[in-house]
Amino acid sequence: MRDVAVIGIGDTKFGELWDLSFRDIGIQAGLAAVEDAKLVAEEIDALYVGNMSAGRFIDQEHVAALIADYSGLARDNTPATRIEAAGASGGLALREGYLAVASGMHDIVVVGGAEKMTDVGDVLATEIQSSAADQQWEVVFGATFPALHAMIARRHMHEYGTTREQIAQVAVKNHRHGALNPKAQFQREIELASVLKAPPVAEPLGVFDCAPFSDGAAAVVLCSMEKARRYTDAPIRIAASAQASDTLALHTRQDITSFRATQVAAREAFKRARKEPKDVQLAEVHDNFTISEILAIEDLGFFPKGQGGRATMEGETALGGKLAVNTSGGLKARGDPIGATGVAQIVELVQQLRGTAGKRQVPGAKVGMAQNVGGTGATVVVTILEVV
Amino acid sequence: MEVGIVSYGAYVPRYRITPQEIGRVWGSDGEAMSKGLMIYSKSVPSPDEDVITIAVEAARNMMRRVPEIDPKDIGALYTGSESHPYAVKPSGTIVAEAIGCSPNMTVADYEFACKAGTAAIQNCMGLVGAGMVKYAVAIGADTSQGAPGDPLEYSASAGGAAFLIGAKDVIATINHTASFTTDTPDFWRREGQDYPSHGGRFTGEPAYFKHVTSGAKLVFKNMGSQASDYQYAVFHQPNGKFPQRVAKMLGFTDKQIEVGLLTPQIGNTYSGAVPLGLSAVLDVAEPGERIFVVAYGSGAGSDGFDITVTDNIKRFNRLAAPLVSHYVNDRVVIDYATYAKFRGKIRVKEEVA
Repeated sequence: MRDVAVIGIGDTKFGELWDLSFRDIGIQAGLAAVEDAKLVAEEIDALYVGNMSAGRFIDQEHVAALIADYSGLARDNTPATRIEAAGASGGLALREGYLAVASGMHDIVVVGGAEKMTDVGDVLATEIQSSAADQQWEVVFGATFPALHAMIARRHMHEYGTTREQIAQVAVKNHRHGALNPKAQFQREIELASVLKAPPVAEPLGVFDCAPFSDGAAAVVLCSMEKARRYTDAPIRIAASAQASDTLALHTRQDITSFRATQVAAREAFKRARKEPKDVQLAEVHDNFTISEILAIEDLGFFPKGQGGRATMEGETALGGKLAVNTSGGLKARGDPIGATGVAQIVELVQQLRGTAGKRQVPGAKVGMAQNVGGTGATVVVTILEVV
Repeated sequence: MEVGIVSYGAYVPRYRITPQEIGRVWGSDGEAMSKGLMIYSKSVPSPDEDVITIAVEAARNMMRRVPEIDPKDIGALYTGSESHPYAVKPSGTIVAEAIGCSPNMTVADYEFACKAGTAAIQNCMGLVGAGMVKYAVAIGADTSQGAPGDPLEYSASAGGAAFLIGAKDVIATINHTASFTTDTPDFWRREGQDYPSHGGRFTGEPAYFKHVTSGAKLVFKNMGSQASDYQYAVFHQPNGKFPQRVAKMLGFTDKQIEVGLLTPQIGNTYSGAVPLGLSAVLDVAEPGERIFVVAYGSGAGSDGFDITVTDNIKRFNRLAAPLVSHYVNDRVVIDYATYAKFRGKIRVKEEVA
């Protein structure tokens, strides 16, 4: 296995991008990443695209070929592959790209993620999002994605005494971070009281506990470390990539207050990177619901089980805290265009590790972690990046 | 040739239903809906009312105020609506017969979502201005429906107003009109569908706000005017909040839009909304006062108007027909069951329907 570096990043603004199509945003992000890496098309060996459900959101399948075509890569017959793992599609696309370069099969690959969600109404969007859960054993009985996460929240509150306020604080913090990110869907701070009194979605979760529906795309260029210096003075090394699975349905788990797949993937990632949680300064975690971030920071090993809510309330996960979590605003404030999310996490980490994150820069950031979740934890991808 | 409004008439059905009552049935927070939309009740047509009866009432009220005018001098009648009772067969022919202006005249029905009535006014201005007809009638009326349980159900209501457009003895001169049109599908209903579909939040920024502000700015630019030059402003009002926000964006005060803002009391009367708002202003306006109007139609476009009230309004017998305020205040609140029956939402055997 060879060392792999990120040498280019690009992304679109996340939000209701009504005047841009799927192919527009895919190409915008891809070209930005390629330009950032100062590449020409002929140097790209392969393209990987993370996308959850273009077939249902915009009636378009075969989206890797679409992006290859409209970005000019089809002219060179560059292989293009779409990767789907619900919310983890982007993170998994990154992993596939990483494996291709690490194995020596390719030298330079582009990994993109994109989703165009706002062409359909909210009801249909929720239905499509919920198709990441088990259709036959969960969704058919009325469980939606918010409802499943509400059950997780209730159990976490019951088991560990996590409070409604602690869960709500995740949204307050991530909106504060999002306000510093010009690419975020929501760049406005919110008060704890607003989160608490927002209309319920699935109690105890309200509107401000849920990530929005978003359009957006993100892309990175991966390169073998030996070649990376030709393109950039500041390659960011992928110190580890790990992936784990769990049961698709929530009810078959021993415990729903943890995502076992996160724990397993994190353990492997730390082992491969030869690092410990204390070595990490910042993390982009999958806060598709506020409770998910509390689970994530516990399961990744940053805080003991049951302490995630308290740590959040006490500011330990805010910018300036012990571990800066979701400096981009997270899925909550930056937005959650499903397939793009896992790649956007990497874009944020690379900006931080390059020291170009502007107002939300974590001083002296050397090691960052991304945790990308598909479904209710059935697929988890954990990536560790570090400054070389 | 200078053209303007010679007379006008309005009509709003008497029945009302509240957002709280609709919310009660669907398990939604009607109170929050009412606050969010700034709609306290919406008008509901009775079972024997439709766009044609509303248009006839409004047109008759219009004619009552100008008994000196011979209906036979009306050369054109256009009825704008998105809920014409017939898919094929004009509404306007019935209205023309009802006010006695047929048969030596032209009639057509218009459709452009909520701005079909103002599109009719523009066409009448053209015909009168070109000297092709002496008088022309423009009507905007609707009995709109939202699908049961849809957010639209809290606002879609019924009502309409008619305008007699001419060049002589006008009570208000239409100084200018300008339109802004794009293909922006924010709201639609296909043939055979009972209820319209809408693009949710898409109906806001890229649709209503973009088109209303663009149309308004065209009028400002062409007339060299600004918000403070007008005593009144009337904007399309799908709810109470949108017109307030767009007025503020354009520099108008709440006071300027107060008289023409009827949606909080009667709901969104679609093609009737701006015509009714303008009628409410004409009910009280004094000579020399200037009115700014922008209608909006989904799909999408806006029609802007710059209007000045003339001295003739003093001689004009406004009280020969009910004022808009009469219709707004003459209200009977009904429950959802009655509303469902009135609006044909309950399936009954055909013999008794």
